[in-house]
Amino acid sequence: MMNQYETVFIMTPVLSDQQMKETVEKFKGVLTQHGAEIINEEEWGLKTLAYPIQKKSTGFYELIEFKAEPEAVAKLEIAFRRDERVIRSLVVKQEKYAAEYAAKRRNKFNKKED
Amino acid sequence: MAQAQSEIRYLTPPTVDTKKKKYCRFKKSGIKYIDYKDPEFLKKFLNEQGKILPRRITGTSLKYQRRVAQAVKRARHLALLPFVTDLMK
Repeated sequence: MMNQYETVFIMTPVLSDQQMKETVEKFKGVLTQHGAEIINEEEWGLKTLAYPIQKKSTGFYELIEFKAEPEAVAKLEIAFRRDERVIRSLVVKQEKYAAEYAAKRRNKFNKKED
Repeated sequence: MAQAQSEIRYLTPPTVDTKKKKYCRFKKSGIKYIDYKDPEFLKKFLNEQGKILPRRITGTSLKYQRRVAQAVKRARHLALLPFVTDLMK
């Protein structure tokens, strides 16, 4: 049963831009490998953290919304824990209202771009 | 001592603050989902130290207060909101 999820994860600011793209691609690969369908992806870029994590006060935020089987989410979380470049991650299941909200947010986001 | 108090004459009688009817802003404005990703909105429910305001102050209904609390805790986990701070506003 494909549920809709959204995940936000923070990468250490020490990485170069290229490495950040690589890690994002790696996690998207883990998802697509397990039959997930990525709906939307947003980069919030370098933001200051509200409190230092691992002695760092800034982090590279990344949001991915996807539809997946529960097993794929378990694999994704294991991948997050294993990867030391990611200092914090959160995967949240989107129930009905959350999905509607995300859809509205996406249109607003795209409208801003074009 | 009590005598002295009654001596004080007020120009206008001290108004005890009339009971303002509190309402749940989520039910009134029809917000269905509280997003943990925008800290600005969540800050309305935190006091200066970054603690979650109780329902008796904000007046939100139980159902939405739980969602606000969950959203705030998720935002704290993602370092969008601090766990404890001083003079956050």
